[in-house]
Parts: sequence; structure tokens; C-alpha cells
Amino acid sequence: MDNGRIDQIIDKYDGKESSVIQVLLEIQRENRWLPGEVLERVSEKLRVPLSRIQQIVTFYKAFSLSPKGRHEIHVCMGTACHVRGAPRVLDTVQDLTGIKPGETSPDLKFSLKTVNCVGCCALGPVVVIDGEYHGKMVPATSEDVLKNYE
Amino acid sequence: MTKINSPAELEEYRKILKSKIDPNRRWISLCSGSACNAARSAEVAAAIETELEKEGLSGLVDFKRTGCHGFCEKGPIVDIHPEKICYLNVAAADVSEIISETVKENKIIDRLLYTDPSTGEKIAHEDDIPFYKYQGRIIFSSNSKVDPKHIDDYIAVDGYSALAKALFEMNPDQVVDTVKGAGLRGRGGAGFPTGKKWEIARANPGDTKYVIVNADEGDPGAYMDRSVLEGNPHAVLEGLVIGAYAIGAHQGYIYVRQEYPLAVENVNIAIKQAEEAGFLGKNILGSGFDFTVEVAQGAGAFVCGEETALLRSLEGKPGEPKARPPFPAQSGLWGKPTNINNVETWANIPMIINNGANFFNSIGTKGSAGTKIFSLVGKVNNTGLVEVPMGITLRDIIFKVGGGIPNGKKFKAVQTGGPSGGCIPGEHLDRGVDFDELAKVGAIMGSGGMIVMDEDTCMVDMAKYFLVFLSEESCGKCVPCREGIRQMLNILTNITKGDGKESDIEVLEKLCKTTGSASLCALGKTAPSPVLSTLRYFRDEYEAHIRDKRCPAYSCKSLISYYIDPEKCQACMTCGKKCPAEAIVGGKNQIHVIDQEKCTKCGTCFEVCPSRFRAVTKISGEPVPTPIPVEARKIVREGKRK
Amino acid sequence: MSEIHLQIDGKEIVAKEGMTILEAAKSAGIPIPTLCHYEKLEPYGACRICTVEMEAQGRKQLVASCVYPVEPNAVVTTRSEVIDEIRKMILELLLAHAPDAPVLQDLAKEYGADEGRFEKESSFCILCGLCVRYCAEVKKKDAVAFVDQGPKREICFVPEVASKECWNCKECFPLCPTSYLQAAYVLTEGLVGFKNS
Repeated sequence: MDNGRIDQIIDKYDGKESSVIQVLLEIQRENRWLPGEVLERVSEKLRVPLSRIQQIVTFYKAFSLSPKGRHEIHVCMGTACHVRGAPRVLDTVQDLTGIKPGETSPDLKFSLKTVNCVGCCALGPVVVIDGEYHGKMVPATSEDVLKNYE
Repeated sequence: MTKINSPAELEEYRKILKSKIDPNRRWISLCSGSACNAARSAEVAAAIETELEKEGLSGLVDFKRTGCHGFCEKGPIVDIHPEKICYLNVAAADVSEIISETVKENKIIDRLLYTDPSTGEKIAHEDDIPFYKYQGRIIFSSNSKVDPKHIDDYIAVDGYSALAKALFEMNPDQVVDTVKGAGLRGRGGAGFPTGKKWEIARANPGDTKYVIVNADEGDPGAYMDRSVLEGNPHAVLEGLVIGAYAIGAHQGYIYVRQEYPLAVENVNIAIKQAEEAGFLGKNILGSGFDFTVEVAQGAGAFVCGEETALLRSLEGKPGEPKARPPFPAQSGLWGKPTNINNVETWANIPMIINNGANFFNSIGTKGSAGTKIFSLVGKVNNTGLVEVPMGITLRDIIFKVGGGIPNGKKFKAVQTGGPSGGCIPGEHLDRGVDFDELAKVGAIMGSGGMIVMDEDTCMVDMAKYFLVFLSEESCGKCVPCREGIRQMLNILTNITKGDGKESDIEVLEKLCKTTGSASLCALGKTAPSPVLSTLRYFRDEYEAHIRDKRCPAYSCKSLISYYIDPEKCQACMTCGKKCPAEAIVGGKNQIHVIDQEKCTKCGTCFEVCPSRFRAVTKISGEPVPTPIPVEARKIVREGKRK
Repeated sequence: MSEIHLQIDGKEIVAKEGMTILEAAKSAGIPIPTLCHYEKLEPYGACRICTVEMEAQGRKQLVASCVYPVEPNAVVTTRSEVIDEIRKMILELLLAHAPDAPVLQDLAKEYGADEGRFEKESSFCILCGLCVRYCAEVKKKDAVAFVDQGPKREICFVPEVASKECWNCKECFPLCPTSYLQAAYVLTEGLVGFKNS
């Protein structure tokens, strides 16, 4: 992401130091991850110490410090999904993609993450891929669902 | 939307809106909350619009995309008014029939109706469906009538009349007294009396004060606040402005989880429309009172639901809770007096101001007035959001409203209060649900998450689950929480893996004591609750795991084995084909056998074995029987015997 | 500033409004153990070993004395079975990380803490934050900071800042109770290759 776009986002919040989390969230949404240079630029423009930026991006789960795959798989591990068998779905997805939560496959195809409740408990277990919700997932159907993503 | 400059103008505008609404007119409401969106309600919406256009009904039949109707298990839900015919699990393909049969011909489509699971009876009208019949929907009553993206809908159901009343007919002290008299207690989980909280914030000196909506609903399995914010954001805004007036604040913030994009979108639209209409900004309704509100998003930290951590996050810092005292009402955001309340708490305010304290405290129980919204989820038939008067029993919620446990399974426990709460077993099902009753049996009502569990749920695993969650969400600042949870989780992991030791329970209890009493904030202080409540009611499960290396619920992977009963296997070959580890040996007319070395315990074979055979079983705490010899595995079919 | 009268371990004490219980106890010569406290820094309230029992306004509470303000007519107890159990457990939890730290060993003897209660953890930092806070509050350089959350929390030198500032400072080094700080600095210096060292 180029500095011009970063500065634009920062200006939206009037360059307020306290808006650092909101600024980083917007950059994360657009760029899908936060490279080191971006963090330095934000630190400089908002006059927030780099150490605090580092603490923020590692403290809050919304931020990713490494590139994401083409398809982002979010497996819901909320209590209702857990009770309906989400752990087994996660195990199967891990086996099928070869990656663990927090990782991206070497071919940059899939990134896997667990999330704690997307609020669609009636559809549980839920797996969200690229914003598309897949409900009532079971290990047996996981392979068929993943096949649809190139 | 032109600006409304006085209560009189508001009433005039409202009158005009209402006069345009014929109570007998036909109109359609479609649930468009996040869960129904996930179930493709957007496709249904598009189909409805197209079909209405096609039939020339676009100007005659209103169509509203509303917020959550609550019966999430059966979404997308379409209500046909004025009769309130309720169609469930509607797909885009059903729409043309709905328009031609019901909208045009008043004919009811049976297959889309609710079917009583025990009698087979079809129920056409929403209010007669048991899920809705036994509720007491006040806050949610508008969700199925109001399009959250249109402020006129809210005004038409008397929206912002409470704000006008508060600003022009009451002084701030009177507003505080009314909320106090109503007995409203915080709906976020702690249950602190809201009126008292406002009174303290009001009393603290200073020209700069803040009011905040805590929409960082983090309890997994709980999505009440999301549905209120998505479906009726104006109710929350109206409550917030009234609260700001009472306390003397002119700036507010709505802190919403970033995992709730539709709520963020709808609340931003609502704020813009409210500003245009003059319900926010300078000189609201000509009262001289100024108030603006901004939306800030969370960044994925459960701990930011704790009010002091939330304040840190608003200030652009990591969400580490701060020591109290001083309390936020004294020194909160930027050191100024700040009042933070939960979404549902704010949403109750307009109704209290309009109807008075007595109306509110006549509902519910003595110590817990009003209604509460619960997310009834897990092993329950009617999953969804239910709003009930405080004091209703757990049994009524789970079995009357919830329709009981699916698949003929037995109820085991209901988990309330999220990671700060506990598991309540069957012996307490007749307890009334409110702030105080559940606390007596080792749980808390919490923010409203109610997860039902059945005989297949391992309670030791549930304790471990919550500790995993808490360890991922603890800020890590204080030792009792960070290290206490670390060690508790180590012990529980060992127990569920079959490596439990006799001394484990004692050490767990000791850790619970320290973490529960010495932690910095409520996350740490309540972290022991799931462990303590499962130990209290299901100690035998812990002992079985530790002593017998057995999981009584047949759930913990390391303690179970899958086994195909040779007496029942009919060699249909389904499991063999589906096994992702290729661990099943067998073929046509060959009884199938699971190779235990290769088996990953994924449970696929158990799921796919046809119910008429039920040949795949789970074994725990005993050795797997030796596979029968290959020669004995041949199945001779009855019909083929000569 | 007004006076506040309270009782600590039976002793009548007169403290100033705004003082913490720890400060009031210190002024009366009553010792309370601390790990994350340092007079030159803002009280932090993270180790919780300074937990004491306080009865005030009809309520009994366990509070961290380093951050809790004195309250009028409070009755404070600094040692009891409950308090000692808490301190013992906190020590055992920290000894799993830093069994060799002298301050932990001394306190362990006093409270009968069992060093072997929990299996050894990989990091010997006890996250007292003295280094981070000293650099932020006294030196105002923010060269070392916390990263991550929960059990993954650790201190981390910010290479861009540390490479310029630390070689000439290292004032935080003596504050570290476990010497993890020095180890982390050397490791970072070696891995990143500080420009000025």
C-alpha cells in the first residue's frame, strides 16, 4: 500500500493519535495485511511510538503481519459451534489444507483462522470462506466445500 | 429528510407517517439479520422485489427488509402482514408461489409453515408458534416491523417520542430517578443498577463527560446485541441521547466489534439519518441540548468488552484493563467521567421513559425487572434469540420456547454467562432466570448466551474449551490470570489426553482460588467459573478421565476409539469410501474393520453409517476388540442363500 | 490534601489522601512484598503479590496494595492464611518461569512456595514490566515494549529504536529480577545487528 493511500486514511481521522487502531483496521481491511513499512509510516504520521504500534498489532487479533492467501477460511469455534462438533471440522480442514490456524499455505492459496463466534449459531458449525457462510459443516462435507475454491 | 425542530413538529411528522399506513394493508417483511443473510436471505429479497415488479405490485405491497426476527434456526423468515402469516426456511425458489398464492390469493402454503414436531400440526400465525408464544418480546417487538436503514419506520412506531419527553418534560434528575425507579440493571452481565450508575456519573463534576455503548459482545454463542444494533439501531441511539442528557454528556461513542460489519453499517446509517432529522447534533429538537456520537470498531479482543479495557482501546492503546478505583464514572475516557452501558441496556431506556418506572418493574422479578434477551443455541431444536420476562424458568426457555433437545438426546447441562459463567445441570432446570437465582447455583445469567448441551457433550472438554478461549483473550498483564489460566489449561489438556494425575483436581481448585481472588479484572476473576461449576456438578467425569482414562460422553479424541460392530455391519461401503485417512479395510460383502493405527478419530464413519445399521460405535476406557479374522468377515446375504 | 485515618495490621496510621495502601504501609514500616513495583515508576498492579485484605464501608475485599488508594477508616491486613496462599501460588507460578531469580527464591522460602509445583516453562521472563515502563516513563524512548497477549506476551526490543539508544544507556538492566532482559537484548543485538553497537 503506498504512502499516499495511508496518508488519506490518516487524514480521515484528522491525524488524531487516538485513532491509531481505527486507521490500522482500515489499512488491514484494504491491504489484507500490515507490512513493516506501513507500520513505520503510521507511526511517523500519527506520532505514535513504533513500540506501541507493535504492541497494538500483536495484541489485537484483527491484524495480520504476514500476507494472506487468496482464500481466507475462518472456522467458528464459538461455544455453540463447539458443542455441535466444530473441533472435528477444524481438524479436517487442517488436514485438507495442510495448515494450522494463523498460517497461510505455501502456495498462498488458503489462510486459516479460528474465530470466536460469528453470531450464526443456528447454522453451526459454521465455516466462513471469503465472507461466504457455510453452515451445518461436518468433517464429511468439508472436502466438498473446499474443492470449490481455486 | 428535513430537520425536525420541535416536539410538535415531530408529532406532526409522525402523524403524517402513520396516516399513510393502512393497518389492513398487505405487506411483507423479510428477516435480513446477519444469520439470515448467511442463509441467503439476500437472494430471497431480490426474488421478492423481482416478483412484485413482475406482478405489478411494487407500489401496492410494501416490502421491508427488517432486522432479526429471532427464530434463527428457521431462517430466512418471511412474514406476510396483516395476518402475520409466518413462512420459514424460505428460499428464492419459493418466492413466486408466495406472491401468487398468499399475497394475491390469501392462500396459505402449508409446506412453508411451522410444523409442531410432536403433533405434526401446522401453525400459520407467528404469535401461535411455540417459539414466539412463550416469549415476551418488547425490545425485539420492533425488529420485524422496522427496516433499520429507514428512520421513518422507527418514527412510525413512536420512535424518538421518549427523547422528546425527556428533553422537554423532564429534567436530568427526573430522568435518573425514573431509570432508578424502574430497577433496570445492566444487561452486559454484571447487572449493576443502571440508574445508580447514571446518578454517580451525573454527580461527578466536570463539563466534559462521555457516554458509551458497549457493543463489544464477545461471549461466544451470544449475539443478542448484534441483532438489536443491526435491527433497531435507533432504539439504542435514542436511549443513548436520553442518557447523555441525564448525565450531562455531549459526546458519545459506540464501540462495536469489527466482526459485526452489518451492525457497523446499520448504526452508521442510523446516525447519519438521525443527524439529518435533528435527533443528534446541535440543539436537538430545539431543546438547546447538543450531542454527537461516533462509531469506533474493536479489533478482535474479547477483553475490550471489560469497560476499562474498552476505554484504553478508544484511546488508541492495547486493551489492558485498568485498576479500579477510580471507576469510569469518576475518571474514565481521557480521565473524564464516563458512563458505559451495554447495547440492550440502552435499548430499554426509551420504553422506560415512555411508559414509566412502574410499567418496567411490573415485569420480571423483584430484583431483576424487565425482560432479557437470550441467545438460545447449541443442542436445542429452536435455536435463536428469545426475549422473555426475567424469572421464567430454564425449563420453559429450553423446552417450551426452545422445543427441547434434537435427535431424541437427553439434556445434560445449559451453559450461561459465557466464559465467566457456569454449567447448570438438570436438577436446577426449574430455577427462574435472573441476576440472582443462577448465581446461587454456581453460574451467572451473564449477557444472555445460553448454550444447551446434551449427553454427547463432555463437561471436562467444556471446561478446557473455556480455558483455551480465555488464554487466547487474556491481556496477559497480571500473573494470577495469565499464569493461572496457563497452568489450568495444561492440567485440563493432560486430563482430556489421558495423562491426568490424581492430584490434578486439587491443584485445579487451588489455582481457581488464586486466579479468582487476585486477578486484576473480571476476566481473570471469573475465569475459574467454568472449571468450578463443572467440578461441582460433573466431578465424576473428571474422575473417569483421570482414573479410568475414559470419557463418559465419548467425546475426547484421545480417550475414544471408533469400532465397527461386526454383528451390525452390512458392508454398504459408505464409511470406507468417506474415510479421509483410508483407515477402513473392507469391500463388497466384507465386514468392514477400522485400522486403529491409521484412524484419526474424525468421526466421519460414525456420521455416515446409515441409521438402519448403526454399526459404528465409540469405545472408551476399554480396549478395542481384536478384529475378527478375515475369513469370518464374509457376509452371506439372506436372499442369496441357496 | 486531607488526612485519612486507617488501620494496617492493627496499627493506627495517618495517611494523605491519594496515597496507596502500599505507600501508607511503607510509611509505617510495615513490609509488603512487591515484584513489579519501583518508586520511580507509576504503580503497575501486575504481579499481585502485594495483595492485601481491606475492610472498608462494610465490604471486605482483596486488593493490590500498590495501586489501591487508602480509604477512611479502612482496616487492612497484610498477612493471613488467604493472603499467604495467594502469594505462595503466585510465586509457584513465577518459579515455573524463573526458578533461579534471587528475589523469587527469597520470597519462596518465606512463603513455603514449591519450586517444582509446575513444569518448567520456556521463558524466564516474569513480565514485571520494569524495563518497559522505565524506558517509557523515565527515558521516554520506548525502546523495549510488550508484544502479543495472554500467555504469549513477551518483551521485545524495537530494533529501530534500540539500535540508537540502548548502547549508551542500559539503565533498565539492573531492574530486571531475572536477567532475562539482558539476555533478550544480547539476542536481539545479535539477530538484528544493531548499527551502533
